Amino acid sequence: MAVLNEEQEMLRDMAREWATNESPVTEFRKVRGAGEPRAYSADAYATMAQMGWAGIIVPEAHGGSDFGFMSAGLVVEELGKTLTASPLVATTIAASAIVLGGSEEQKAKWLPRLASGETVATLAVDEGAQHDPSAIETSVSGGKLTGKKAFVHEAHGADLFVVAAKDGLYLVEKGDGVALTTRKLTDQRSHADIAFDGAAADRLANGGDSLLDDVLARAQVVTAAEMLGMAQAVFDTTLDYLKQRVQFNQVLATFQALQHRMADLFADLAQMRSAVEAGLQAVDSGFGVGRAAIIAKAEANRVLHVISNQGIQLHGGIGMTDEYDVGFYLKRARVLEASWGSSSYLKDRFAKLSGY
Amino acid sequence: MATQLEPDVHADEEAFRTEVQQFLANHFPDELKGKANALAGVDGPTDETPAQTKWREAVGERGWGTPTWPKQYGGGGLTKSEAKIVEQEFAKAGAYNPIGGMGVMMFGPTLLEYGSEAQKSEHIPPICRGEIRWCQGYSEPNAGSDLANLQTFAEDKGDHYVVNGQKTWTSGGQWADKCFAIVRTDKSDKHRGISFMLIDMDAPGVEVRPITMISGTSPFCETFFTDVKVPKANLVGEEGQGWTIGKRLLQHERTNISGGGSLARLMGQSLGEIAKKYGETDADGELTDRVLRDRIADFEIRWNSFLLTARRAVEESKAQGGVSEISSVLKKVGTKLSQERSELLIEIRGLQGLGWEGEEFTDGELEAVRGWLFGKATTIYGGSTEIQNNIIAKRVLGMLDHQ
Ligand SMILES: Cc1cc2nc3c(=O)[nH]c(=O)nc-3n(C[C@H](O)[C@H](O)[C@H](O)COP(=O)(O)OP(=O)(O)OC[C@H]3O[C@@H](n4cnc5c(N)ncnc54)[C@H](O)[C@@H]3O)c2cc1C
Repeated sequence: MAVLNEEQEMLRDMAREWATNESPVTEFRKVRGAGEPRAYSADAYATMAQMGWAGIIVPEAHGGSDFGFMSAGLVVEELGKTLTASPLVATTIAASAIVLGGSEEQKAKWLPRLASGETVATLAVDEGAQHDPSAIETSVSGGKLTGKKAFVHEAHGADLFVVAAKDGLYLVEKGDGVALTTRKLTDQRSHADIAFDGAAADRLANGGDSLLDDVLARAQVVTAAEMLGMAQAVFDTTLDYLKQRVQFNQVLATFQALQHRMADLFADLAQMRSAVEAGLQAVDSGFGVGRAAIIAKAEANRVLHVISNQGIQLHGGIGMTDEYDVGFYLKRARVLEASWGSSSYLKDRFAKLSGY
Repeated sequence: MATQLEPDVHADEEAFRTEVQQFLANHFPDELKGKANALAGVDGPTDETPAQTKWREAVGERGWGTPTWPKQYGGGGLTKSEAKIVEQEFAKAGAYNPIGGMGVMMFGPTLLEYGSEAQKSEHIPPICRGEIRWCQGYSEPNAGSDLANLQTFAEDKGDHYVVNGQKTWTSGGQWADKCFAIVRTDKSDKHRGISFMLIDMDAPGVEVRPITMISGTSPFCETFFTDVKVPKANLVGEEGQGWTIGKRLLQHERTNISGGGSLARLMGQSLGEIAKKYGETDADGELTDRVLRDRIADFEIRWNSFLLTARRAVEESKAQGGVSEISSVLKKVGTKLSQERSELLIEIRGLQGLGWEGEEFTDGELEAVRGWLFGKATTIYGGSTEIQNNIIAKRVLGMLDHQ
């Protein structure tokens, strides 16, 4: 755990308490049971926004607290621990696009609404099943945006889309020319393909040529923070389980083979946490952001993959049951691993940035 | 002359920085610039060139090779931030620290904590001046990971002990002047029967036989003790306290293996750059061997997060005022990654990367091979990876003792 300031500690403790008491995994089960495509509780999200969480990266002048990404990551991590279903991550990423690329009018119009939770927003970049920002066909002419976006997170609850077109990022509101097709993924959260057909689009004209890359770096670190919470939760649950499950007349935790496996996972988790926190801090400092974000997401992918698999294995048969939570983490893990850069994509990017 | 100034009189850090710069200008021989300290390790003979001697003596006199050790015993008596300045200025000037070895890395700090006044006055100053080389007499043929099983016995003869037994894997034993050893003084108690004592390597009855390693060098020895007289003045702490003192010393050893110098050395060169020299690249300057490229990137990403983890361990320990939990993973992760890097480094070069000797190989190529082989030791000594895992599971994760 990075060394935090007082503000950050309070924020984290508040998020931890809320997630544990008000939003344990049973809440996610309720959302899943309700079967709505939006896949989150509007009441819960309203509460989260009231606590200021939707505005953590929004400037104070526009209704946020401007605490920064490290702080946002702390909250997202706690929510990841209990698999809290909400559009907080999606809205944070979309808000960062407006903060970086919006005009004063655009900021004044949207940021206060995002920070208050009144409006939900999401980023739509990829047009296929793999993350590939170099393969964008979506285009805009005469202020009308046309193209297809695939597997957009939190699409059903979103009122506002930040859409990547060939020549930059655009704001598109829900409504005419925006058609959703639900894509049910294994994590049972909101995902949809979106057909934009001449939808009114408002360009984010600031932020320069690197705007898309800068926003994607933010998407990578915030997503990695959610993954960190998930990995920590699976690790903790698994360790607790090994300490109480008895076989061969001894608790499983006393078997050296399992001790060494847990020691390896503990080391992996330490590596992941260092990488993710450094990624969040890099965004706040503005130094080496692209590279730090790649390292953060690549380590999140690697470690959560292993831990989510070992979480099932070390629980034995009970880990295979829907009644037990650990499987939910596995399913959400793979969706996040594939979002904003799979491991092979990230390694390719890292090599490119390193000049080989 | 600047060298006659007392190093503790400077009021502010910038003045001190100037002082260090001046010292370097006066004393650091140009011909040593950029060279590593050939003698700081434990695995080399003691022959010095005149320039090396001059540099060692100059630093030794100041105590700046052991910058934070107390001045009364020949250390630098510097604060941590002053020590950092010394380190920075030496690095800037391409100057190595000529004071090193096991005396600096592990024995000195342990003696400062547990030694008597007389022992500290006798043994610490020569370490600070780089005059005396120490070796570690811990392991025995039947006492490796299970170190407390050691059998070398010190019999009480009134004013001295008589030591009989065998140590092994004694690094630098053939070049060492003295040995800090843990030996048995009581056969009835596995842990409390152990004592920590200091043995002269040239005392009658001490015999060393070098062992050749897979890397071709002989940096360690078998050490035999036959009726060796050790004065009682050389017992550190109390009789029976050796296990406690000995374990404390191992903590210093571990810190040195996982942190510091070895990491810094690796950081400069990117494996990708080296691979580009040996392999083909496309029009964009990317490696055409995509599998190798992926593996290098995979390694370098994990290496980066290891460096971040090492930094985080320091920051957390500082903030908590105690050792952070994640410090426990540094040795095992750092040594594993270093080994992986060595494997990639030779693999990148194909058979050209496996040279044993000959002018057809560059120095860098030959060093990589020897380094790759020697590096296998890092997951064995200083508490093997498996022992680290036991410690993490037991102490950090609270999984019960399996034994
Ligand atoms: C290059 C080098 C330099 C050295 N220098 C010195 C020196 O200067 N002075 C000195 O005293 N010693 C030195 N050593 C010795 C070193 O400390 C020992 O090699 C080390 O303690 C391991 O002991 P061992 O070799 O007897 O292996 P063993 O203890 O026999 O171990 C063999 C294997 O079994 C594993 N193992 C052992 N116990 C357990 C367990 N409880 N659970 C799971 N796995 C286990 C080990 O991890 C290892 O993989 C040196 C060793 C090397 C390689």
